[in-house]
Amino acid sequence: MSLLQVEGVGIAFGGIKAVDDVSFAVKPGEIVSVIGPNGAGKTTLFNMISGIYLPGAGRVMLDGQDVTGLAPHRLAERGLSRTFQNLQIFQAMSVLDNAMAGHHLRERSSVLADLLGLPASRRRTRATRASALQLLERVGLTRAAFREASALSYGALKRLEIARALALEPRILLLDEPAAGCNAVETEEIDRLIAEIAAAGTAILLVEHDMKLVMRISGHIVVLDHGVKIAEGDPAKVSRDPKVIAAYLGTDAAAASREEGADADG
Amino acid sequence: MRLSPKLVSLSVLALLALVAPMFFPSGFYYRIGALIFINGLAVTGLVILIGYAGQISLGHAGFAGIGAYACALAPVHLGLPPALAVVLGAALSAGLAWVVGRPILKLQGYYLAVATLGLGILISMVLTNESQWTRGPDGISVPDLGLRGVLADMGWRLTAGQFWYWFSALVLFIGAWLALNLHDSPTGRALRALHGSEVAARTVGVDVARLKLNAFVISAVYASVSGSLLAMMNRFVTPEIAGFMHSVEMVVMAVLGGVGSVLGAIFGAAILTALPQALTMFHEYEKLLLGAVMILVMIFLREGLLPSILRRFRGKEE
Ligand SMILES: Nc1ncnc2c1ncn2[C@@H]1O[C@H](COP(=O)(O)OP(=O)(O)OP(=O)(O)O)[C@@H](O)[C@H]1O
Ligand SMILES: [Mg+2]
Repeated sequence: MSLLQVEGVGIAFGGIKAVDDVSFAVKPGEIVSVIGPNGAGKTTLFNMISGIYLPGAGRVMLDGQDVTGLAPHRLAERGLSRTFQNLQIFQAMSVLDNAMAGHHLRERSSVLADLLGLPASRRRTRATRASALQLLERVGLTRAAFREASALSYGALKRLEIARALALEPRILLLDEPAAGCNAVETEEIDRLIAEIAAAGTAILLVEHDMKLVMRISGHIVVLDHGVKIAEGDPAKVSRDPKVIAAYLGTDAAAASREEGADADG
Repeated sequence: MRLSPKLVSLSVLALLALVAPMFFPSGFYYRIGALIFINGLAVTGLVILIGYAGQISLGHAGFAGIGAYACALAPVHLGLPPALAVVLGAALSAGLAWVVGRPILKLQGYYLAVATLGLGILISMVLTNESQWTRGPDGISVPDLGLRGVLADMGWRLTAGQFWYWFSALVLFIGAWLALNLHDSPTGRALRALHGSEVAARTVGVDVARLKLNAFVISAVYASVSGSLLAMMNRFVTPEIAGFMHSVEMVVMAVLGGVGSVLGAIFGAAILTALPQALTMFHEYEKLLLGAVMILVMIFLREGLLPSILRRFRGKEE
């Protein structure tokens, strides 16, 4: 059975359909990518799935249950977590505190215990801190742990968002352009990280413009253009689809597909 | 080894409170000290609301008014001991904050500022107009807390000024301890997270509405207790305690000192409480000067006085 099922979702802003009748499914542990030109509606789709926008049409199913219109924190409780294309970092907090904040749902602490600094509250904070340090190590940010988040580079902040999202121990993780603005080395890191996360059993829904990355790690690809799904399938099938090539004409998808063709030839 | 910021803040606070009286030229200064601590208490509550959670309130003097009038009225009309009147006031403030906070905290930025401002004005109008209970704008006398008498019976004789100095220092110390505990707790992290990015906080599972409400209620209790102490120290209270100017004063103290840190905000309370006393000779220019100081701080030291000063020192070390 699929973990996440998107059924005919759509939304319009001021009469303009940003996403229209999009359907697809994600199975447990699978990496599914959503690709499409700028303004295709990828982020808007993510916002509907993660409860930030209420879809104007269609349903979002998680584990066979209708979760359409559920608040983001309720979806987080059900194991859905995400990162943001335009970074949403807790700027005034330390890197470690950012990663610790991701543990909120696992802490289950009472305000009174926290005010009084009761042993139970301090114990939770210690456990959270240990887990957050492990996550920072996993994304290669151990040395930055005690710095203020706003002092980090763009690529580092992208990885910090992933660490924070992983703290929820999600069953499905939505990554909106995790490699954007990252150099080749950082992209390699993120590539490895995503593969690791998926290998550990977390399903991943990925939006990414780096086509090499997408083609390499995705099991399944959904292509959006002007809010509409124009193609869907495994990387080989999608990269040869004439509609996809047309939508991407002159951009790196076409290049990637040519490269792939060349690889196949050679 | 790094000392925890909590330990440092509490030690500094305790040390200053203990040492300051050695330099008091007269008994009058105990009262100013007490006033600083009492204002510091309300401002510490605002650190939780504004500094941690990032939510503004321009109506918190209303809760100070509730705390103050509970101490004036409950002993007379309900026969409550004054100490329990403080608790009653805090409970009423918490209840009101909880009921009103639900709809109000959905608002953001300016809208929240205006809504809380309205709440404060409403409370001060009730205190002014219900004159059969509150005696209206002329004010009302407040019964003695009674603790000083108890101490005297135990052989510890203090002047009223001395008593309120030490007592309000103790209450502020407890208030600061609670606020500092909160800072590095799960709840405190969630509050600071929603301050940083509400949408990201929600996606990590923070129930933003519930947490904002918690911060609002807690800060209302701080303001209420502060109002109770002020009324009992002065043995008299007027509706001005709930007025708009008092609300603004609280916020300015917090922001001036540095609303992100408990110690900074208390520092702000100290400056804005002491300065008008020092400036009485320039009485006519007092408000003008305060305004100028505030504008300069906002332009040049936006994080507030204490954090900016500390940063400058650290910058030199590196
Ligand atoms: N809140 C909003 N209000 C109005 N229009 C919106 C809103 N959010 C998105 N849109 C519009 O919806 C369309 C899709 O935007 P979206 O951000 O989802 O694209 P995208 O595929 O993520 O693009 P990119 O690759 O540049 O990130 C755009 O035309 C955008 O202007
Ligand atoms: Mg986008």
